[in-house]
Amino acid sequence: MEAVRTITGTALPLRRSDVDTDQIIPAEWLKRVERTGFGEGLFDAWRKDPTFPLNGSTYRDASILVAGPNFGTGSSREHAVWALMDYGFRAVVSPRFGDIFRNNSTKAGLVPAQVDDDVVQRLWDAIEADPSIEVTVDVESGRVYCAAIDLDAPFPLDEHTRHRLLEGLDDIGLTLQHADAISAYEARRADWLPTTA
Amino acid sequence: MAQTLSQKVWDRHVVHAADDEPDVLFIDLHLVHEVTSPQAFDGLRLAKRGVRRPDLTLATMDHNVPTTDLTIPVADPISQKQMDVLAENCREFGIRLFPMGHRQQGIVHIIGPEQGLTQPGMTVVCGDSHTSTHGAFGALAFGIGTSEVEHVLATQTLPQRRPGTMAVTVEGELPPGVTAKDVILAIIGRIGTGGGVGNVIEYRGSAIRALSMEGRMTVCNMSIEGGAKAGMIAPDDTTFAYLEGREHAPKGKAWEHALDEWRSLGTDAGAAFDKEVELDAAAIEPHVSWGTNPAQVVPIGATVPSPDDFLEPSARDAAARALSYMGLTAGTAMRDIDVDTVFIGSCTNGRIEDLRAAAAVAEGRRVAGSVRALIVPGSMAVKAQAETEGLDRIFTAAGFEWREAGCSMCLAMNPDKLAPGERAASTSNRNFEGRQGPGGRTHLVSPAVAAATAVAGHFATPGDLD
Ligand code: SF4
Repeated sequence: MEAVRTITGTALPLRRSDVDTDQIIPAEWLKRVERTGFGEGLFDAWRKDPTFPLNGSTYRDASILVAGPNFGTGSSREHAVWALMDYGFRAVVSPRFGDIFRNNSTKAGLVPAQVDDDVVQRLWDAIEADPSIEVTVDVESGRVYCAAIDLDAPFPLDEHTRHRLLEGLDDIGLTLQHADAISAYEARRADWLPTTA
Repeated sequence: MAQTLSQKVWDRHVVHAADDEPDVLFIDLHLVHEVTSPQAFDGLRLAKRGVRRPDLTLATMDHNVPTTDLTIPVADPISQKQMDVLAENCREFGIRLFPMGHRQQGIVHIIGPEQGLTQPGMTVVCGDSHTSTHGAFGALAFGIGTSEVEHVLATQTLPQRRPGTMAVTVEGELPPGVTAKDVILAIIGRIGTGGGVGNVIEYRGSAIRALSMEGRMTVCNMSIEGGAKAGMIAPDDTTFAYLEGREHAPKGKAWEHALDEWRSLGTDAGAAFDKEVELDAAAIEPHVSWGTNPAQVVPIGATVPSPDDFLEPSARDAAARALSYMGLTAGTAMRDIDVDTVFIGSCTNGRIEDLRAAAAVAEGRRVAGSVRALIVPGSMAVKAQAETEGLDRIFTAAGFEWREAGCSMCLAMNPDKLAPGERAASTSNRNFEGRQGPGGRTHLVSPAVAAATAVAGHFATPGDLD
C-alpha cells in the first residue's frame, strides 16, 4: 500500500443512500483474477444513464466521492475499493459505511471519511453549484475541509489505522512481528478442534 | 465480569493485545472460494510467503459453477479460468479443495456446517459477507476482504477492533407458516440496513431457541443485511444434536471436552449489550421485499408503500428510486404482483429443510404456466439427500427445474440470470439492483412463499393455494 497523507482535489456528488458493493462493481466484473482494471466497471449499470455524474466531463478529475449513508454495504468484495481507486478516487465521504468496505478501504489506501449527514448535504450543494471547488480529506488531522463553504469537519480514524495509512504499512508484516505469540497460541489450542485435513 | 457470547469467543482468540492497536485474533477456520481469493494468493507469491495453516483452510468452488449439466465444458471461459486458478493455488499451497462436481462441493456457507467443521466458540472467516451464517453455532464468523484473506492465509490471524454488542430478542411463538426467513426479514425491516453497523448481533429469545439449526443459519446469514459484523446464537442442545456424528465433529472423550467448553459460551446473566431490540414473534407475518435493499420489506398482506410514508429524506429518495427500478406503484397489494421467475436456493435457504418446505408446497401442484422456477440445492450433499427423499421428483413433476449445487441466481455470475425487467421471487438474501442480472427485479421471500408464488404466478403463501 502507498502512504496517504492528504487528498486535495475536486469531488463528485453521489446523491444516493445504500450504495451497495454490487452497484459499485457488479458481479460480472468479479471474474477477473487481477487486482487492476476494475475502474472501467465502476458503477457499471448506473453509467448507462447519461446524466449519471460519472459521465460527462464535469467531475472527470474528481478524487473524492461524496455519497449518502450506508455506502459500501453488502458483499465483501474488495473489488469495490479497487474499482474506486482504479478510477481515480482516493477518498469517500459518507455519513455511514458498510463495515467490511471500510476495512477493505484502509487496507488498500482508500480513505473512508465518515461525517455527519449535514456535512454531506453541504458538500453536495456546494459541489453541484461549483464543481471546481476544492475539497481536502486530511488523514493526519482526521478532518474534511472545504474552504469555499467554510467547512471543517472531523472524521473518526483510530491511531493504528492512521499510522498505517500515513506510513503505507503492510498489515501482514506488522502481524508477523508477533509470530512468537501466534506460535504460543497454537501450542495451547485444544487438540479436539477440527482440521480440514 | 459478566460477558456476552461474542465477548467470550473474542477473548478466547486474542493472540496479541496492546493499547491503541487492534487485537490480533486467531482464526480457527478459513473458508476460501474462487472469487475473492486469486489476488490474495498472488500477494503471497509476490511477498514470498506461504500459507501458515493449510490444515485450517478449506476451499470450494461455488460462485461461478454452472448448475446445469456438469459434464459439458463451462460456457464462460473467464469463469472457467477463475476456477482453474483456484485449483492451481490450492495445489501450490496444499489446501484441500472441493472442486466442481465433487460430492462435497457446495456453497461455502453450506458445506462448513454440514461437514461439522463449524463448531461453537470458533472463529470462522471467509472472503464473503455471508460468513455470518456460521454464527448459528455460536461461532464468531464474519466476512473479510481479499487483503484480509491474504492476511489469514499468511498468519492464520487477523488484526481486528473489538466490535460492539447488540441483542435482538424475539420472544413468543411464531404463527404457523412463518419461518426463520420471515423473522430475519422482519428484523432487518425494523433495524434498517445500517442498524447493526459496528456490532455483533446475538439473536436471543424463545422464538430463536425454538428454531432448528437450519433456521438459525438462515437468521444469522442475513446479519450482514442489517449491517452487522456478525450474528450469533448461543449453542444449546439443538446445536449439539446437529453436530454429533458429523465428519469433523469431535468424537468420544473429545466430544465430552467439547461439550463442557461449548456449554460455557452462552451470555452470562447480567451481561450488558450496547444496543437492544425486541420483537414479538406472534406479530411476525410472512415477509416480502418490495424495494432494492433488504430493509425495504412488508408483510405479504400489505401493499407497496409510498415514498411519502418515509420521514427521512434519504429513505424517501431511496423508496422513490426503488419503486421506479422495481416497476411498482405505491398501493398495489403485494399479492397482486406477478412474477416471471422463482429461485429457491442460496446460502440463506439452500439447505435440506428449505427444500423440504418448498416440496411440501409443490407436491401435487403445478408451477404456473408463465413462471420459470429453479431449485438449486446449496451443496451436492443437500442434493443427494433431497434425491434420497424423492424431493427432486416432486419438484420436476410440478414443473420446477432441478439443478446442481452452487450460488447460481443468487448473484448471477453463472449463466442463471434474470433478463432486464424480469421479476423474481427469490429465497436469497439481496434484492440489490441488478443482483440477479442487469435490470432484474428481486423480491426476497421464504422457501414456502417462493414455492406458493411459483404455483400461483403472483406472491402467495401456501395457505392461499387451498
Ligand atoms: S449463495 Fe449468494 S450470498 Fe451466498 S455465498 Fe453464494 S453468492 Fe454469496
